Amino acid sequence: MFNINEIRKDFPILSRTVNGKPLVYFDNAATSQTPQQVIDVIVDYYSNYNANIHRGVHSLSQEATDKYEQARHTIQKHFNAKHAHEIIFTSGTTHGINLVANGFSSILKAGDDILVSALEHHSNIVPWQMLCERTGANLKVIPMNQEGELVIPEFDALLSKNTKLVFVNHVSNALGTINPIEYIIKQAHLVGAAVLIDGAQSTPHIKPDVQALDVDFYVASAHKMCGPTGQGMLYGKESWLKKLPPYQGGGEMIAEVTFEKTTYAELPHKFEAGTPNICGGIAFGAAIDYMNTIGFDTIASYENELLVYATKQLQNIEGLTIYGTSKQKTSVISFNLDGIHPYDVGTILDKLGIAVRTGHHCAQPIMDFYSIPGTVRASFAFYNTKEEIDALITGIKKAKMMLS
Amino acid sequence: MSIEEIQNEIIDEFSMFEDWEERYQYMIDLGKDLPLIDDQYKTDNNIIKGCQSKVWVHAELKDDKIEFTADSDAIITKGIIAILIRVFSNQSPKDIIDANMDFIDEIGLKEHLSPTRANGLVSMIKQLKMYAIAYQTQLK
Repeated sequence: MFNINEIRKDFPILSRTVNGKPLVYFDNAATSQTPQQVIDVIVDYYSNYNANIHRGVHSLSQEATDKYEQARHTIQKHFNAKHAHEIIFTSGTTHGINLVANGFSSILKAGDDILVSALEHHSNIVPWQMLCERTGANLKVIPMNQEGELVIPEFDALLSKNTKLVFVNHVSNALGTINPIEYIIKQAHLVGAAVLIDGAQSTPHIKPDVQALDVDFYVASAHKMCGPTGQGMLYGKESWLKKLPPYQGGGEMIAEVTFEKTTYAELPHKFEAGTPNICGGIAFGAAIDYMNTIGFDTIASYENELLVYATKQLQNIEGLTIYGTSKQKTSVISFNLDGIHPYDVGTILDKLGIAVRTGHHCAQPIMDFYSIPGTVRASFAFYNTKEEIDALITGIKKAKMMLS
Repeated sequence: MSIEEIQNEIIDEFSMFEDWEERYQYMIDLGKDLPLIDDQYKTDNNIIKGCQSKVWVHAELKDDKIEFTADSDAIITKGIIAILIRVFSNQSPKDIIDANMDFIDEIGLKEHLSPTRANGLVSMIKQLKMYAIAYQTQLK
């Protein structure tokens, strides 16, 4: 049974004030808040079994290693990966994308095509541009329409035997659009291209099944899923991970080192050079456990209720435009007030204790598409309430009054 | 008026306000009143980096004093730059370079002074002082 009041009690930060007002936290798409259950795991790690993993013979090291590998299994189970070693711990989504991009630099050649979507975050554009510079491959863009959806016929037309890689986010961070990745993966595979899905914005709301999707790579960040910052994961099909060269050299990723030759460790360690964020990995597992206790179906349906409620109220404000009106959306609303800069709206809302994001959301191509400098973005999580949305609406009306 | 006298005048004006809302409303009004920069100076070269909104500043030397004009696409930012321009415009380069900026704190805008703040007040002050340094060299 979903009890919002009980859930809110799990998040200590939600009871603080900002600028003398109760905090209304609507910047969840940038980072989610952390429940006590996860904070406890972090405190427990540093209080009771902090040690370096995998190499120690002593008990603490063994305990830490067990917990870290348990977390890997939790993540494997959550994403329904076939093997635990297909889960690579990373520092976050960006790290995962760069790891794959780097790996492909030895596979791609001049004349190959990489497709990215017009809805991408800068972190999913820049690594591919760099990859194209290194290999001579071409970067092609799947365009978007006015609703903020990908134009699928254009995607179909761009696919060819030259397409080697397709990179699309599962959900757009700036607009909340849920992309038809099932179709994209299927079509890309028909021409023999590999597909990487950026799950940074989907994983807080949706439980992806990587085997059912048949996706080649899927990346996510812990800090958007009630976990700590600086932690993420890359899922890669075993066959791909074996094919890609290691990303960084260092301890942990080697099997044998002589000055003549080094042989690399087995998966997943081949991609996990150096001492990882041990506590972060363990806490990531705890965060996934916490979200599963509530249940992703419950989360999605409650968040959708918030989205519908907020959308309706925002549409009633005269001179307010919502960007991204796809029917398939997560609980993200990007909007502007006519003739008012998003930065001004965000500043007034902050004075009222309401945290939203303003700016281009690291997705400048989308802002260029709409010819706007940026938007105000309110993004809701399962611990937000309709009362908080009411406060946002009141705040926007106040901002509008002060700024017009 | 000297820079210090203008700053004191601004402090007096802001002391009449009881809460953030009145302060911000006043800044917004100052932004609306800001004499606009000539369109020919709204170039990428004149944009101050480090602001989430766009801020253009143009400086000209007239009778050994610097005249600033500015604009921004965000109104609160425009209000902030309007205050800075009121303080610095028609002053000598040396006085601008030497100016103490503690009055920002006294008018309750300290929160905008953090270097990481997205509105870039710190970048704006730096840029205005850079103009002064450049003109100072010219005068010597």
